[in-house]
Amino acid sequence: MEHLLEHIIIGLALGSVYSLVALGFVIIYKATKVVNFAQGELVMVGAYICFAFTVQAGLPFVASFLLTLIFSVILALAIERLALRPLIGEPIISVIMVTIGMSAVLKTLVQLFWGTTKKNFPEVLPDVTVKIGGLPLEIEYIAAFILALLLFVIFSLFFKYSRKGVAMRATAFDQLAAASMGIGIKNIFAMSWCIAAIVSCFGGVIVGVIQDINTDLGHVGLLVFPAVILGGLDSLLGAALGGLFIGVLQKVCEGAAHEYLGLGGFGNVASFLFLVVILMIKPYGLFGTEEIERV
Amino acid sequence: MNAAQQEKILRVENLEVVYNDVVLVLKGLSLAAEKGKITALLGANGAGKSTTLKAISGLLEGEDGEVTEGAVVYKDKAIHNTPPDKIVRSGIFQVMEGRRVFEDLTVEENLKCGAYTRPRSEYAGNLDKVYGYFPRLKERRKQLAGYMSGGEQQMLAIGRAIMASPKLLLLDEPSLGLAPLLVEEIFGIIKRFNEQEAVTILLVEQNARAALTIASQGYIMENGRIVLDGAAEELLGNPDVQEFYLGLSHGGERRSYRDVKHYRRRKRWLG
Ligand SMILES: Nc1ncnc2c1ncn2[C@@H]1O[C@H](COP(=O)(O)OP(=O)(O)O)[C@@H](O)[C@H]1O
Ligand SMILES: [Mg+2]
Repeated sequence: MEHLLEHIIIGLALGSVYSLVALGFVIIYKATKVVNFAQGELVMVGAYICFAFTVQAGLPFVASFLLTLIFSVILALAIERLALRPLIGEPIISVIMVTIGMSAVLKTLVQLFWGTTKKNFPEVLPDVTVKIGGLPLEIEYIAAFILALLLFVIFSLFFKYSRKGVAMRATAFDQLAAASMGIGIKNIFAMSWCIAAIVSCFGGVIVGVIQDINTDLGHVGLLVFPAVILGGLDSLLGAALGGLFIGVLQKVCEGAAHEYLGLGGFGNVASFLFLVVILMIKPYGLFGTEEIERV
Repeated sequence: MNAAQQEKILRVENLEVVYNDVVLVLKGLSLAAEKGKITALLGANGAGKSTTLKAISGLLEGEDGEVTEGAVVYKDKAIHNTPPDKIVRSGIFQVMEGRRVFEDLTVEENLKCGAYTRPRSEYAGNLDKVYGYFPRLKERRKQLAGYMSGGEQQMLAIGRAIMASPKLLLLDEPSLGLAPLLVEEIFGIIKRFNEQEAVTILLVEQNARAALTIASQGYIMENGRIVLDGAAEELLGNPDVQEFYLGLSHGGERRSYRDVKHYRRRKRWLG
């Protein structure tokens, strides 16, 4: 294949955005057992808010990014408080349905404010290319990869060592037992939504810096789903690697289908075909926890 | 001087608890726990023992239960219907029935959860204390709690409680599913913890003999009410208790389980 290396490298950059979205999924799932189908829309909202601050309000990029982070956290807290907290104790499936409804609401709101045409971020990073394997690569791609890696390390350490992180894992395993430790369950839920919003916001801004944004950006949530299942739903490492893998798979399959079959848009199909295969051979994913069975 | 010795750190007064707005489980239950002592709460399956503990610890909230009448008074303050995290911070810690360890966390991470409400400065000292009482936990501190035996999980559940430096410890059937020798070991440690730390303990058990051996006071409940109470030795010597809860007939020999069950049922209908 002609451009294999190029496909792989672009796939890794795209995959790092997927990894961030997947991290958001996993963090909410880990603490609350909720599969958040609005994760992709949080990414989209992050991208548009940042666009509003940089382009429409004309603020410097760093300032708008910080404001976007704050906005995302407030949004996540509001969602948790207004839509999800009233559902504590209800069956998980109702909560999941609510997240699906929320994804539609968020998308509609964004279309209402910004329309459906493509938007462009200004050039944020200097126009530098770096040669990797003889291939000129824009610095944005490398920055995306490093940023995703950094966030992954930070949150892994958080869940492994910090008191709040361990409490979040305990809450995911057994809410009532966690409550008996004096862990405030509502705080834990709110915190998991905040963290998920923060990583999604990073994802959205990275997308904005790399390419145009439009209201289809929310679909990234669905595209990432294979990555999350592949990673095992509750493993941060799995989510990160799964995201990268899906990104590469998508780009390589897209390139191959285009080159050999003359087909366009095969990348998304490939990642879902892959999901079906993974679910058949290993329903817990490659890294997720299986129920411990004692004899 | 006697008044100081008999200070009741916890009083439960005419408590009524309803689940799901309809099921009345506690029907005017009253009991008290004396400061620094072990009080046993005994009764058959379904009597309402766990419900009583959850009403004290605030965990009813998570099970759609509610205190509709009466009061739980801890250190002279009414605490029923307070959220569980506040109650833990006030010094009450419940070790739930069935151990409820976090199976996919390590032993030490489980202990960290027990210390969640405590200042960081206490952590190292309390960890040493737990490992002092339960050396086996120290050997396995990096192991996932889910892979431990039932006895070790019970030790871990009590260890988590020790990490919380409680003033009042609520233990729900720590003997459940454990071999007799292990029950003896764990009850010995509970007694030691009670004496060394001057912690008040409310001990819920179906194993009446083991509980009354380490307790100073005992209550027996049936159907959401206290039906008998007294000093532990008194209860151990009471013929009714011997018959219905210790499995002895008046002659001192064991009756068949079937007879006991038969009696029990009849007694309920009469009561
Ligand atoms: N969450 C609940 N919802 C409805 N009923 C319950 C609930 N928990 C316990 N009960 C009922 O309350 C009664 C007492 O239960 P419990 O307090 O667990 O008794 P014990 O601990 O003495 O075995 C039982 O009849 C049980 O079925
Ligand atoms: Mg019980």
